[in-house]
This record gives sequence, C-alpha cells and structure tokens, in this order.
Amino acid sequence: MAGLTEFLRKGDIASSHRPFPRTAATVEMWNETIAALASGQWQLLGLWGEPDRVHMALRDEADEAIAVMTLDCPSRRYPSVGLHHPPALRLERSVRDLFGLEPIGLPDQRGWLDHGNWDIRHPLAARPDATPIDKAYAFLPIEGDGLHQIPVGPVHAGIIEPGHFRFTANGETVVRLEQRLGYVHKGIEGLMAGANLDAAGKLAARTSGDSTVAYGFAFARAVEAALGVEAPPRARHLRALMAELERIANHLGDFGAICNDASFALIQAHCAVLREKVLRTAHASFGHRLMRDRIVPGGVTTDIGSDGITAIRALLADIRAHFPDLVELYDNTASLQDRTVTTGTVKAHLVRQYAPGGYVGRAGGRAFDVRRNLAYAPYDKLDFDVPVLDTGDVNARVWIRIREIEQSLAMIAQLLDSLPQGALRIDLPVAHELCESMALVEGFRGDILVWLRLDAGNRVARCHLRDPSWFQWPLLEAAIEDNIVADFPLCNKSFNCSYSGHDL
Amino acid sequence: MRKLLFQSLVQMSLTEPAPPADDAALREVGDALAKAARRRLGRSLSIREVDAGSCNGCELEIHALGNAYYDLERFGLRFVASPRHADVLMVTGPVTKNMRMALERTWNATPNPKWVVAVGDCARDGGCFAGSYAVVGGVSAVVPVDLHIPGCPPPPLEMLRGLLALLEAIAKA
Repeated sequence: MAGLTEFLRKGDIASSHRPFPRTAATVEMWNETIAALASGQWQLLGLWGEPDRVHMALRDEADEAIAVMTLDCPSRRYPSVGLHHPPALRLERSVRDLFGLEPIGLPDQRGWLDHGNWDIRHPLAARPDATPIDKAYAFLPIEGDGLHQIPVGPVHAGIIEPGHFRFTANGETVVRLEQRLGYVHKGIEGLMAGANLDAAGKLAARTSGDSTVAYGFAFARAVEAALGVEAPPRARHLRALMAELERIANHLGDFGAICNDASFALIQAHCAVLREKVLRTAHASFGHRLMRDRIVPGGVTTDIGSDGITAIRALLADIRAHFPDLVELYDNTASLQDRTVTTGTVKAHLVRQYAPGGYVGRAGGRAFDVRRNLAYAPYDKLDFDVPVLDTGDVNARVWIRIREIEQSLAMIAQLLDSLPQGALRIDLPVAHELCESMALVEGFRGDILVWLRLDAGNRVARCHLRDPSWFQWPLLEAAIEDNIVADFPLCNKSFNCSYSGHDL
Repeated sequence: MRKLLFQSLVQMSLTEPAPPADDAALREVGDALAKAARRRLGRSLSIREVDAGSCNGCELEIHALGNAYYDLERFGLRFVASPRHADVLMVTGPVTKNMRMALERTWNATPNPKWVVAVGDCARDGGCFAGSYAVVGGVSAVVPVDLHIPGCPPPPLEMLRGLLALLEAIAKA
C-alpha cells in the first residue's frame, strides 16, 4: 500500500485544515485504512466524532506523515475500526455514547463514558435521545476453578482520581484486570461547542490538572494553526519553559510515588521536597504553582522578570545537586529493584499495536516524542535526546522519567540562555470563514492531540482533546497480567494514566 | 542511603511554621460544630479525600500537604484510606453525574459526627463545568458542606489554613 501522503490524494483534501492534511474518505478508503492499521503499517493517533461523521488521526512512520481522515455517515453508521484494530475499541464506544454513531461490527455493545446517569442519551448528537441507557454494566464473564474477583473503586484508598478496577485473581496472581472508566466525565467537549476562545481555553487547561500547561499549549497551537498565525518568539520560549517545569514536577512526583508504592518512603520524601521547590519557583516566576492559564492563544499572559530567571537557575542548580543522590539510591537498593525490574512488562508487539506516547511507549522501544518528531517551536532550536529503552517494565518507565528530568533541566538552561526579547502576545485575527486545525504537544505523559474547528468570529464549533492515556490504559490491563495483586499500585503508578483527561 | 539519612539529620528542618487559621473559615465552620463532637474528637481529625469529578489539580495540591514543608500530620490531621475511619471528607471537583452515587455512598459510610470540606472553585458551584449535561454542580448539591476552600486549585497553605480553622473550632468547645 502507498504511503499515507499519497493515499490521501485519492480523497477530497479539505482546504481549510492546517497544518496536517484532512481528507474526506470514501468507505473503500476507510476500509483500506483499517487494513493498514491492523497490519501495523500505520498508527492510530485518535478517533472522534461529530453529529454526522467520524474522524481518524493517522501516522505513517515510514513516511513521517500525520493526517486526518474523515468519513461522512449520513446513515449514522460506519465500518468499525476497533473490530480489526483493538486500540480503537474504547474510542468507538465513546463516539457511540456521545453522538449515537454506530460502528458496524464493533464487538463490544456496552457504553463506556455513558453510565446511564446523564438523563439523556447521545448528548452531542444533533438530536439527543431523551431516554438514558440502562445503568447495568456487564463485566467480562469469568470461568475457571479457583478464581476470585476483587472490585476496587471508583473511590480509591489514596488521594487519586476515581475509576473502577475489576481484578480476577488466582491466589496472588492477577489473571485479568478489567477497567471501567468514565466516572469523571464532565462533558468538556459539549461545553466547548459554541464557546469563545477565552472560555474554551480555560476548559482545555482544566482537562487534566497535572498537564494544564501542556493542554493550554496544545489548544493555543491549534487556534494559532487554524488562524494561520504564530505566537511571538519570547512567548514560544516561555511556553517551553513552563512545559519543561511541568514535566520535571510530574516526573519527580511519579518517581517518588513509585518508590513509595514499593514501601521505600525515603525517595518519596526527597522527591516531594524537590517537587515543592519546582512549584514554588513556578509561582515565583509565573504567578501560579501549576502555571495554569498562562498559555493562551496568541502567546502567554505572564512575562518572566530577572528575579524569576534567577529563581529558575537556582532551582536547576538545586535539583542537579540533589537528584543524582536519589537516582543512585534507587539504582543501588536491591529490595527496590526487586520490585520494579521485570514487573508490569508491556510486550513489544502491544507497544507497536497501541502506539502509546510518553514513557509508556519510550520504555518499550517506541521512539516517538512530538518535540522531536514534529519539532514545533522552540524545540526545533534545542539540543536534547529522547531516551528510549526496550524492556517495557516498571523499572524502564522509572529510568525514562529520570533521563527526561535530566534532559528537561538541560533544555531549561538553553531556553534561559537564549530567551528572546519582545512581545508576549499577538492580537488574534478574526476568522471570516470556517477554519480547522490539529495540534500535537508533548505533555509529561505523552502526546496530547487537539482537533479544532472555528466558526467565523472565532467561536469554537467543535474541539476534540485526546489525552495520551487513551492508548496507555488498555496496556495497563495487559501489563498487570501474571503479576501479583500487591504489585498493581506499582504498575499503576508507573503508568500514571489520567482519569480526567481520558473521561473528559 | 546512609549519607542521605545523615544529611537529613544535620540539616535544618524544612517544615514551616503553622499559618494562622483562616478567619473566614473559622466563622464558617463555627456554626457547624456541636459541643458533643468537640469533646469527642479533641485535636485530631482523620480525613478521607474524595475526587467527585475534579481535573486532578486539587488532588496534586492536597498531596503536597504531606510534604516536609507543610507536614500536615504534625497538627493531628491525617488522611485515611476508608470513609469508615474518617471524620472529615475533603471533596473536590464539580460533582459529575457518574460520581454522584459514589459520593453519596462515601458520605453515608462516614460515621457521625462528620464534616465535609469542599475544595476548589469547581466544588462550590461546578465552576467552568456548571451547566453540563454530565455535571450535577457543586458538592453541596449532593451532600451538606461545612467549609469551602476556594482556589483553582487552592495552594496547600490555603488548605492548611482552612483545615486549622476547622480544628480550632472543634478544640475551642
């Protein structure tokens, strides 16, 4: 089969979609695409709906091409992708829940985000249905001797987000984990429709709290691409500065929490102190500990003063002085290594099939990082490595985080050394006609995808936000298989998937 | 590891002095406290955190309460794993319709006397998610709320001030 770029020419390429091409596909093209996904030739980056059509975001690694494919479904049905390519399963169940579009042949008839509590059915369809779906949910059937089930959640024992895990165990060994998510579905995409850029940006920045910078960044880039403008150079640098601070804070938190889940509290205590220092520096430099709402379409809202720059340089020196001791402690503590090495392994073929972003992918041999692969500004000017390992276990996910903290520290130093002067923000032009775009930004967890359609007058007609967790959660189900129940917190924390970003 | 432990022994404590209790919060919780409850609990409270639909931002800052700078446990405040062990529910988020029942059940499982602290702007009235087909609204739309700590998310220090006000009001019986 031809490369993605050439294949797209068979359909109608939309003129208003930037910067990646979008093609209106025929059913034949849609089916050929499913075959290319199932054979591993292309990767699925996202699948989302509108009242009368479905879209897929695709990546052709050989071609280094990314594109969107659209299928009109006037009959409100389309050939299921998930039937042949499992990574699409939950996405298609969600599209059915929200829009009422039926994937023909989808093997799973159960709702995913819709638990029967919304008072309506298909809330984002042109005409929502007044009868909610049945609240009963059938977990996968269990057969066999000596099996027992452990239901966990949605309210968990720790201070974390809600979701339900149904473990089936034989003695200590987990033979199956089935997840049920959707508890924190807030209807963000519904609220975005018709919103102005200000309100929509606030919603984007509240999609997943730990990635508020990355979501703000991705939404801003999508708006700018749709309107054909770019943020000023100083704003581009400040955005990356905030994004890397956010990455360091989250990776520090995860590194400590993973060790804590192996009952090694000392590293957690020190990581929590370093994380607090990052957040305080963020507050001193940008006026908010999580740097929320600092990135907006057109630029950034907050400048950094010389005090802020001094504070960040001091932070870099502080982390560089103390972090290596923690890494050494992790590496030299046999009892800790015993818990993380060979635990929760994601098999290589599943990494190829699901194409997960972030440390889940990069710990399993997938060298994909949109800062490198798409090199959006200012990452095109920065010198950095993308660490990749191939064992796919908890230990590898820890090491990817450690190496990424080191890379981010180096990137921040480069950003401060080359910080351009000038404006923070441009005035956005007002669209005279409908315009569309897609943006990908590397959050700490992986690539965040934002697809956007703006109406004339800059109102959001439709915005889809795809969290990296969509392609990571299913792999957690696979990774825990044959591990003991007691290692689940460790595996779960090493993935640290987002509930809110996924449930939306 | 020995080196790290030794350094921790000789270095100054990172823990900061307690902030004054939040006056507004003191007034707010004052009404909610019965004398009997004050006698029974003394100066110690167990807290169960419930995310009823938040973006996870509030959870990150609640987590920070446990780090060496804020050291929540020195005040007799600690997080527990079950609502059955809790005196206080700290609830975040706009309550989603999919979490409503779980929140109600958690509240029902918490023994009396109990207090509910709603954390964050969304927990007051749904924040920017109010009006969605999937959202009930603020926490008080589902369970009675005794104290509200505003912010998006509230910084740990603000949460500490609110919790200390609750503690003070209980102790002053």
